[in-house]
Amino acid sequence: MLELKSVSAGYGSFQALFGVSIEVRRGEAVAVIGPNGAGKTTLMRVISGLLETTSGEIAMEGRSLLDIAPHEIVATGIGHVPENRRLFPRMTVEENLKMGAFAPAARGKYKERLAFVYDLFPAMMERRNQMAGTMSGGEQQMCAIGRALMTGPSLLLMDEPSAGLAPVIVQQVFDLVRRIRDDGYTVLIVEQNVRQVLKLVDRAYLLEAGTVKSGGTAEELLGSESLRKAYVGI
Amino acid sequence: MSLGAVNTGLTGARALQAAGIGVLLILPFLGGSDYFMHILIQVLIWAFIYTSWALMGRLGLVSLGHGAFMGIGAYTVVLLWNFLGITPWLGIPIGVVLAVLLALVIGFPCFRFRIVGHYFALVTLALGEVVRLTIIALRDHTGGSLGLTPNRFGDGTSWYALQFADKEYFYYIALAVWLAGLGIWVLVDRSMMRYALIAVGEDEGAAASLGIRVTVQKLRITALSAALTALGGGLYAQYLTYVNPSIVSGVTVSLHIVFAVIVGGMFTAFGPTVGALFTITLSEILRISFGAQIIGLDLSIYGLLLILFIIFLPKGILGSLQDLAAKRAREAKAD
Repeated sequence: MLELKSVSAGYGSFQALFGVSIEVRRGEAVAVIGPNGAGKTTLMRVISGLLETTSGEIAMEGRSLLDIAPHEIVATGIGHVPENRRLFPRMTVEENLKMGAFAPAARGKYKERLAFVYDLFPAMMERRNQMAGTMSGGEQQMCAIGRALMTGPSLLLMDEPSAGLAPVIVQQVFDLVRRIRDDGYTVLIVEQNVRQVLKLVDRAYLLEAGTVKSGGTAEELLGSESLRKAYVGI
Repeated sequence: MSLGAVNTGLTGARALQAAGIGVLLILPFLGGSDYFMHILIQVLIWAFIYTSWALMGRLGLVSLGHGAFMGIGAYTVVLLWNFLGITPWLGIPIGVVLAVLLALVIGFPCFRFRIVGHYFALVTLALGEVVRLTIIALRDHTGGSLGLTPNRFGDGTSWYALQFADKEYFYYIALAVWLAGLGIWVLVDRSMMRYALIAVGEDEGAAASLGIRVTVQKLRITALSAALTALGGGLYAQYLTYVNPSIVSGVTVSLHIVFAVIVGGMFTAFGPTVGALFTITLSEILRISFGAQIIGLDLSIYGLLLILFIIFLPKGILGSLQDLAAKRAREAKAD
């Protein structure tokens, strides 16, 4: 479904990704794990077109994403839940969701998708007229996921959904991700919370210093001695 | 509040608006002096220009260079009339097109490379000065700092030349344009573009990740604002039958626009109009009381007021009054 072939990218003279190749197949949940500064967020931004690649190839369903603008990438069915949620704090929950359906192609399906998101997250329905910035971290994450779902994606990119949340809430957020998955979405998730995320996904890649160090099924990675010592802490 | 009360509230506001427009329509027949009509026309034209600025200013695109668009609108119409004999009916649209082109040429690199906030304000500040200096430099045609007068056509009253000896004509033209400006405000206010630009103002990256075309949205509102400002400039030139770089262009004009809108309130449709009413009345009172004894006094008072407004009434006169009314209503409801 989504394929990256030896993708390199960076910010100015600083290179963050060195020939990264990953693949996500339809219906899968795939994680990219790794320490701070490994290039995980950069990877997400490159897929969404928010950052240009310096070399390599990215394709969604066989269509190259390299020379098309972010709004066209959204139209191919890639929804992005950005790092730190990035809601519009002084807009209401419903206005935030509305912005997810801004693209002309999505507007016709606004009502239908809004009903779907409220059905999925009844808490958002209750808080629809509340300013998004005044909600708790977990609710904000819910709203951010809902906003990305409003774009009508088939593949959902989730950038550190558990970052900055209290441990209890982290558990809830991972439950949300599981529900999204079970609803038939393909998910590519970036996480530092390795132990939790490996319980959730089918496969994972380990990204370190901008390169893919290893990859495999969640069980394989959990079984790997070095990975367990370095990231899982057990 | 019950639904019925909401409805009466709305009809009340509608009735008030209709009554207001009715009064404005018959005003010239009430026998006001030429001076009174002059002030009214000024208020209407400036209110239209202020509204045009606020269309983008309220969405976080603070331009300190709208004098550029006004100057282009004003000078284009007069120059085309004087040198090529082109009627203002064509001259004004040409000025509008030129202003839009300039807005796009300046706006595109700014928005594409994410020049926002103070940096955007500085770019526009420079733009205003560039246009003013260009007008002065082209003095063979524009008359430089001395300004320019459109050639008189016939006996001074002609629809073809958009020149009128009586003030009533311009009063109705200005009234129509001002109402159209308010109409455009309401349309923008209800549009998805407004939401998109608020979202962009709050978090440009997040907006882009949802498929909002940040550059396109910003360019649209900037082009609209520039177009209306140029139209206001052209109209103002026709009304005064005189243009001069410092009254239709440059930093002074640009900052005046920003000041008046902040004073009136930039987040409500009538805010810029209240700003025009307030600043023009104030400067007339100061001019009549002090005359030419203390030149520049009005500007000093403006500056002082601007500081006070930004600190104490950041939503402007109308915005603050509306907040107060809303608070009263809530308290009344609580009782």
